Amino acid sequence: MTPIKLTTPLADADVEKLRIGQQVLISGVIYTGRDAAHKRMVDLIKEGKENELPFNPKGQIIYYVGPSPTKPGKVVGSCGPTTSYRMDPYAPELHRLGLKASIGKGKRSPEVIDAMKEYKAVYFAAIGGAAALIAKSIKSAKVIAYPDLGAEAVHEFVVEDFPMVVVNDTLGGDLYQEGMRIYAVK
Amino acid sequence: MCMESNYNLGEDVIRAIKKGLETEASNTGKEILQIILKNAEIAREEQAPMCQDTGFTVVFLELGQDVHIEGGDLYEAISAGVAKGYTEGYLRKSIVSHPLDRKNTGDNTPPVIYTTIVPGENLKIVVCPKGGGAENMSAVKMLKPADGVEGVKNFVLEVAKNAGPNPCPPVIFGVGIGGTMEKAALIAKEALLREVGEKSKDPAMAAVEEELLEKINNMGMGPQGLGGRTYALAVHINTYPAHIASLPVAVNINCHAARHQEVIL
Ligand code: SF4
Repeated sequence: MTPIKLTTPLADADVEKLRIGQQVLISGVIYTGRDAAHKRMVDLIKEGKENELPFNPKGQIIYYVGPSPTKPGKVVGSCGPTTSYRMDPYAPELHRLGLKASIGKGKRSPEVIDAMKEYKAVYFAAIGGAAALIAKSIKSAKVIAYPDLGAEAVHEFVVEDFPMVVVNDTLGGDLYQEGMRIYAVK
Repeated sequence: MCMESNYNLGEDVIRAIKKGLETEASNTGKEILQIILKNAEIAREEQAPMCQDTGFTVVFLELGQDVHIEGGDLYEAISAGVAKGYTEGYLRKSIVSHPLDRKNTGDNTPPVIYTTIVPGENLKIVVCPKGGGAENMSAVKMLKPADGVEGVKNFVLEVAKNAGPNPCPPVIFGVGIGGTMEKAALIAKEALLREVGEKSKDPAMAAVEEELLEKINNMGMGPQGLGGRTYALAVHINTYPAHIASLPVAVNINCHAARHQEVIL
């Protein structure tokens, strides 16, 4: 299967064309965040301080990752996806503000899948544990907010051909269900 | 040891993944297995952690009863070694000092240490950094003796199904049957130390291992849970005598970043 190449910020039309099971290579700027950063961001939104968010979510992608420390001479440490369900309580708020995609690993809650349908967003799986390989597609990295959180700080990554697979699309499709249905031995 | 275990994936895991590659039915699944092998290669070449989650440092000590340790506290020495390895090796510090306050200890200490006393005059140290993703999908259940082997099998299958893509499949299942609640969990973790695919010495349990491996892979979850036939690389069962009233079962999952490093002093 030839992967689809996409560049951030994502256009609505490109996102809506994506279907589960497609392989995608992302290039451009993406942002990182784990539980602690999400909590702070969603607290800001609840207080009506959206303009204080580390980045404007509109058209953007958030990557659930806490990199290992950067070795001297390297751009970034190893940085594979973390399990996404821990971000489920926060994801719908960010999609409401226009976040077009998240990257992680593992199942999403029905609430997040509904929010993606409603706000036309998708969920990508990166390969869990392929962290040294993923680091190769990251061309630059800097912390843009919450440095006190260490590995959990919000980073801005510039990526080139970061490999991932569409797990949930804007129609509510779910590759985790579908893939299992196709390959189960009855 | 902390550094080496995080940079170099064991040959046994690599062999098991290659074997999965031969039988994997899904193309995406095959590509994922190849990417995982490539990742291990890059990690080894660049001496970089294969996974950013460099784990809770679990240490198994086998202390010969004739060994006399001089010059300080052995556990403190191990802790200092962990701090040094994680700092100098650019490994991620993933430990918080209190499970509810959640402040990072900054050097990945303390480790979790299990000690057994054995005859002899050697000290064996096994270091296995354990990632959070796979640990979080593990479970213990106190079955009734009447539930028998079928109950055990059903529980393992239930844990596998519930884990789905979360623990970074392909994974390895360590199953502990018997003992007390915590003993079952401990022998499940010890089962993960076996070379991947090494069968139980008890033929009855070896048969259950084989059956469970087939059943788990036939669910179709596949590599990364995206569909396919290589969800589990192996099922390892350990047993221990049980109380007449109990049948504890623990399932400890390890991801494909199944790291362990051993040294005998
Ligand atoms: S489960 Fe294993 S491979 Fe996956 S992120 Fe955690 S440590 Fe890495």
